[in-house]
Amino acid sequence: MIETTFTPVSAAAGGAMIGMATVMLLALRGNVFGATGILAGFLSPSSSSDWAWRAAILAGLVSGPAAYFAFAGEMPAVEVPVAPWMVLVGGFLVGLGVTFGSGCTSGHGICGLARGARRSLVATTTFMITTGLTVYAVRHIWGGM
Amino acid sequence: MQIVAIYLAGLLFGLGISISGMANPAKTLNFFDVAGGWDPSLAVVMVTALLVAAVGYRLVLRRSAPVFAPRFQLPTSRVLDVKLVGGAVLFGIGWGLSGFCPGASLPALGTGRMEVFAFTAALIAGMFVARGLMRLGALRASAATA
Repeated sequence: MIETTFTPVSAAAGGAMIGMATVMLLALRGNVFGATGILAGFLSPSSSSDWAWRAAILAGLVSGPAAYFAFAGEMPAVEVPVAPWMVLVGGFLVGLGVTFGSGCTSGHGICGLARGARRSLVATTTFMITTGLTVYAVRHIWGGM
Repeated sequence: MQIVAIYLAGLLFGLGISISGMANPAKTLNFFDVAGGWDPSLAVVMVTALLVAAVGYRLVLRRSAPVFAPRFQLPTSRVLDVKLVGGAVLFGIGWGLSGFCPGASLPALGTGRMEVFAFTAALIAGMFVARGLMRLGALRASAATA
């Protein structure tokens, strides 16, 4: 386990920016800002114009750390406290889950809840509990990280 | 113009993830570890983002259409089924194992870290396998009714 400290101010500032970004995309193009949906449509686009805006948003996402670097003078921290196989198996399960469940933390947890969608409330509650149980099992039962 | 504006929306999201610390799996996992060294930051990020989005969505949806498209394209499904809940369970297990979720890992690609690329490759593989399975299921269902 790697210790991290509670950072309420930067969490709220970053959260507000994430919220504003979702509002921007709705106002500009009328879409919800689900990372999974944007990526899925980028990988298998329905038309070239549909692909272009997804490519633009992904380019924007990936430039986030560089923009952060421009004023913070360092890249945002990425500390991985788990074994490589957990990253790979975890990634694969996330890929299955977000496709079957039609969304992830951004699509269901922010955009869906903001719209008052019941599906998103069910999905968000389910994955938040499951993630908590998984972390508990790994850290306190199995002792794996 | 449209592409630049949409790029900026992506950039704002990616910057928000970077500032909030959510690009860091250690921080995300510590939120879920209430029984260990708890870091509540993720809850603050989600609640703030949700409040801003809820207010902003309400204002934007008063308009008849978005700026660059003829109509809003919001998800229409209202079904609560096994696929939705089962998918959320699989997602939760994967998130709990790896500490990455797609909204955080896509911006984190910009840090150039190998682990993020590994996660994203596995994520994409999972997405294609799930889509293949769903297509297979749909084929079987249509064969059964034919």
